[in-house]
Amino acid sequence: MSGASPAEIVRFAAGAIIAHPLRSGLTSLGVVIGVAAVVMMTSIGLGAQKRVTDTISGLGSNLIIVTPLQPRTAGGVMGGAGSGQSLSDADTEAIERQVEEAAAVAPAVTGMAQVTADGANWNTSIVGVTPEYLEARDLTVASGRMFDDRDARQGRKVAVLGPTVVTQLWGEADPIGKRIRIRGAPFEVIGVLGSKGQSSFGRDQDDLILSPLETVRSRIIGRRIKADSVQTIYVKAVSEGELGTVQEEIDAVLRTEHTIGPGEDDDFQTQNLASILEASRAAIGAFTVLLAAIAAVSLVVGGVGIMNIMLVAVTERTREIGLRMALGARRRDVLTQFALESVALSLVGGVIGLGIGLLGAAGIAAIADWPFALPVWAIPVALSFSSLVGLVFGAYPAWRAARLDPIEALRRE
Amino acid sequence: MIQIEDLTKTYVMGDETVTALDGVSLTIGRGESIAIIGPSGSGKSTLMNILGGLDRPSRGRYRFEGDEVARFSDDQLADFRNRRIGFVFQSFQLLPRLSALQNVALPMVYAGATPRARRERAAELLERVGLGSRMGHRPNQLSGGQQQRVAIARSLANQPDLLLADEPTGALDSATGIEVLGLFQKLNAEGLTVVLVTHDRGVADAARRRIAFRDGRVTEDVRS
Ligand SMILES: Nc1ncnc2c1ncn2[C@@H]1O[C@H](COP(=O)(O)OP(=O)(O)O)[C@@H](O)[C@H]1O
Ligand SMILES: [Mg+2]
Repeated sequence: MSGASPAEIVRFAAGAIIAHPLRSGLTSLGVVIGVAAVVMMTSIGLGAQKRVTDTISGLGSNLIIVTPLQPRTAGGVMGGAGSGQSLSDADTEAIERQVEEAAAVAPAVTGMAQVTADGANWNTSIVGVTPEYLEARDLTVASGRMFDDRDARQGRKVAVLGPTVVTQLWGEADPIGKRIRIRGAPFEVIGVLGSKGQSSFGRDQDDLILSPLETVRSRIIGRRIKADSVQTIYVKAVSEGELGTVQEEIDAVLRTEHTIGPGEDDDFQTQNLASILEASRAAIGAFTVLLAAIAAVSLVVGGVGIMNIMLVAVTERTREIGLRMALGARRRDVLTQFALESVALSLVGGVIGLGIGLLGAAGIAAIADWPFALPVWAIPVALSFSSLVGLVFGAYPAWRAARLDPIEALRRE
Repeated sequence: MIQIEDLTKTYVMGDETVTALDGVSLTIGRGESIAIIGPSGSGKSTLMNILGGLDRPSRGRYRFEGDEVARFSDDQLADFRNRRIGFVFQSFQLLPRLSALQNVALPMVYAGATPRARRERAAELLERVGLGSRMGHRPNQLSGGQQQRVAIARSLANQPDLLLADEPTGALDSATGIEVLGLFQKLNAEGLTVVLVTHDRGVADAARRRIAFRDGRVTEDVRS
């Protein structure tokens, strides 16, 4: 035997919602806030993840960074190696010689210095490197050229400028061939790097000058470090798959070079960018889940609000329920009508909350110069989740409605 | 059409048991017009509710066209109310949010009729009760008599076999009440079986069969 069609039950539910627009709106408000909060938190977390990923990948792909480390045990200290100065040219050479899967090995030293040119001046990082640095760090030369091994060997005072330095010193003009003074020493500009843009955390990756390692060590950093000392060695592995092997090999090579015995602590550390990336993504991911979970609590509060109003509605409309039953509504029809009403209230709240959440997340992204991120699947998930909230919290009131005794219900005033 | 035997309904309230119906046996034939009278609390409404499938007897048999209604499931009872019974209440029981037309169409929704069929049938029924020009009105835009006529139209929606009216004129002034009763007479004359509860002796005398109740028992059952 055919009963009421689902479309009709939907119309009954919609009619009741439309009959009290203000009340329905207020009832949905909790879900609006809950869904908006979850969407915003998720989007912010994913934005943070994206930003950190971009930053770390921006350092170079398949990269391992070797830096000095102060050993913790006094027994491991090597004669003459001061704090943070344990890496040397010998280490670079050893890695180049022995680690076969290394595509590029690039030692670097960095110092801050004042740069003057044609009356303008600018404070920037002077990075002393070898030509391999470009490959290791995924840098390009936009105009002019990079210095080569011969420039380096001859200790020539040549400089390759980051775009920001060019802008600061000359504005638009072509700087190739111009002279600059770094700490008073004259340098010739031979190239300009391609822009890597503003990195996250506000650091300008284009604000630097590259110059041959030897030149920077002797002219800029001077006596503060030993003549063959290196601050960082960048090693690019031939592929992502080789990162782990390369890292292990570097560790082995350097332990031998530094004559570190078994059980002794390293006086250097190797960081694999892929694992740093993975670790920070996992940390942010966990944080995002936490934020979203806290936001989800407000969704539950919204659900309780719906349940409350639905219980009131069942009481208020007892006579209507009794009458519908007297006219032939089955218990299931009544159950469906009230359950749908609460799902609809929650779903409408979910749609509005989704809109507000997306706008809010996009707004925060715009203000904080933060990438806006939300996967497309978040939309159906948010909507089905709000429907689910309506269903879960509407189930009990609907069940109460369906269990009413028609005679009792009709007698109610 | 209807046989009831030894129908008993008791209500337990705390440690007190109220016997609303006390072993009532009746037979109602197709096309009859029956007036039920009796003092307040004598069990008239209880009988009507059981006849209409709104309530179940505590004991006894209720056969409707051969079916044992007392053994129906909840869903079967709902369908029984929907298709076999037309119920008219003292307090009209119209849904205030719906128009007269939508109120009349309501039982057809639960019978699964198409929107078009519902609209046509509801309009035809409202014409029949003289409210053809009030179809879009809400109950609060109608007088008591008009509301009760909407309720009667609604009771006819699914072409019931039995029309039950529990004090249908109780909330109306006497002139309007007479009009409404006239409508029941007309419906009965067209072949519909009508059982109505009334306080009006005149109405009761006019009915072709009169059943009097007292303390849950039938004290008089006369045909004129
Ligand atoms: N739900 C109920 N619970 C307890 N007692 C009831 C209930 N319904 C009816 N009664 C009692 O049953 C008796 C018959 O009631 P009812 O059939 O409504 O009488 P009538 O319609 O003739 O005035 C009354 O004594 C009434 O108090
Ligand atoms: Mg009564």
